[in-house]
Amino acid sequence: MSIPTVRQGSLQLIDAAKTRSRGALYVSEARIRTMVKWLGIIFAIAIANPVLYLISVGIGLGGLIDKSVGPAGVDGVKYLTFLAPALLAQAAIQGTMDETVFPTIEGFKWNRTFYSMNSTPLSGAQISIGVFLAALFRAFYTVLLYFGVMWAFGALESPHAWLAIPTSIFAGASFGALMQAVAAKLENENYFFVVLGRFIMMPLFLFSGTFFPLTSMPFFLQWIGWISPLWHATELGRYLTYGHAISPTLMWVHFAVLVTMLVSGLILSARMFTKRLAK
Amino acid sequence: MSEYLISARGLTKKFGDFTAVNSIDFDVSKGESFGLLGPNGAGKSTVMRMIGATSQRNAGDLTILGKDPELNGPQIRAHLGVVPQQDSLDMHLSVSENLYIYGRYFGLPRKFVKGKIEELLTFAQLEEKRDAKVEALSGGMKRRLTIARALVSEPEILMLDEPTTGLDPQARHILWDRLFRLKEQGVTLVITTHFMDEAEQLCDRLIVMDKGSIMAEGSPASLIKDYSTKEVLEVRFGSDRNQEVADKLRAMCERIEELPDRVLMYTEDGEALLEKIYASGLHPKTSLVRRSSLEDVFLRLTGRTLIE
Repeated sequence: MSIPTVRQGSLQLIDAAKTRSRGALYVSEARIRTMVKWLGIIFAIAIANPVLYLISVGIGLGGLIDKSVGPAGVDGVKYLTFLAPALLAQAAIQGTMDETVFPTIEGFKWNRTFYSMNSTPLSGAQISIGVFLAALFRAFYTVLLYFGVMWAFGALESPHAWLAIPTSIFAGASFGALMQAVAAKLENENYFFVVLGRFIMMPLFLFSGTFFPLTSMPFFLQWIGWISPLWHATELGRYLTYGHAISPTLMWVHFAVLVTMLVSGLILSARMFTKRLAK
Repeated sequence: MSEYLISARGLTKKFGDFTAVNSIDFDVSKGESFGLLGPNGAGKSTVMRMIGATSQRNAGDLTILGKDPELNGPQIRAHLGVVPQQDSLDMHLSVSENLYIYGRYFGLPRKFVKGKIEELLTFAQLEEKRDAKVEALSGGMKRRLTIARALVSEPEILMLDEPTTGLDPQARHILWDRLFRLKEQGVTLVITTHFMDEAEQLCDRLIVMDKGSIMAEGSPASLIKDYSTKEVLEVRFGSDRNQEVADKLRAMCERIEELPDRVLMYTEDGEALLEKIYASGLHPKTSLVRRSSLEDVFLRLTGRTLIE
């Protein structure tokens, strides 16, 4: 058997500038390779979720609602059309969160893969951004499938409806970035998952004007919508898919809230990653 | 650039009030195999993380490949191969994918990495497992993969943090063989271990650490020569009697160590000492003459055994 020589040549081989500029993309590449292994499951979730919701709530409950509100409709449209953009944004948020929170906890705790990434020229900030970018890939995939199902159900009324794809991904990105920062700080994830599922995701899903306009909520509950990326994205989505009325000011507010969440999430996450890896 | 690849002066690391590494000095030359030996909690891994340019020192100077890790972390890490204590492999990916993505982290071209993978699979004796998921590998295979991974960038310095902890004897010997080949090829190795035999096998020179400080420094042979005798006689009288006979035994040789289960007697000639014991009318239940090892050096320096 020939014994391969393991040369020493990193001084000639490695281009530090390349890692500096593309490091985050290398991390994304690795993350996407992992995701591809679960593509079947991701596909099933992305299709089954909208189909189940649109049939049960959209058509089932929707039929009942449409009958009782008459031709005026909910916000001027069929209940299914009203509901669909909210579900689209929710799918993006859930998908992005799954791909930021779990890999982050895994990377720091379950497998410690971030530590081995950090022993290469990659910095904590690059790892953080790489994980985030890969999560957007999942969000894009999920939202695209979801959008296809919405189209098949006849839930899209405006020619600009496709613009709800980027706004939904935008909401996913904003929330995903924040949750990634939180996950990077976690020491005990068991407790976190209980809180996340029951006290964060559930109320956000229910109280963000998803199933009814936010204004039908008592005033003291409406703040949940205001801090929820889901509500802001849903409002934008409704505007784009069927022409729901939004004042220009409010339009800016929706964007501003999402941008603020996104930027602060990304900065916090990069800081947390750097700090935790240097411990 | 100085003549040393790694140079530390007054290197100190604190975690809150706790001083993990207390002002230590050492140098590592090119092509040298340098060991950090000490019990759990001695500060070895902390030193490794500082050399690895991921954890910053609180005081002192540290130069790696002529650069300061505090200022040039990524540039230094580009030339290091790191084998951490825990394998931290990507469990979802296959053996060859693990090598591939790691090579990419260094910004190496795809084509180069793909060629390198073949070389490394052979080196790690994992050719048959190239498409296997990492989860399915044995402990020894995972360890070899982690070492192969660290070599993907052809590093100037290979750092191994307890490379064989948790492996069975056969897996350890395969690994030692691989590391020995790297050493022969002139790769600079920095190894931490709490196994004496491992340090003796692999290290040209080592520092013995305890509680964040360096207790001794030298080659395994010189440490044994300086801090121990040529041979050691281990005698057992039964745990209730060891204490009782200790005083008598002490008078017969240079030095003894009383351990709970046995008494270690330090001497230049073990057989002669054993005869002397019998002649004095003492009859140990078992006896063993062996060469002095680094374990004895450590016992002498700290009064404690390495693995308790």
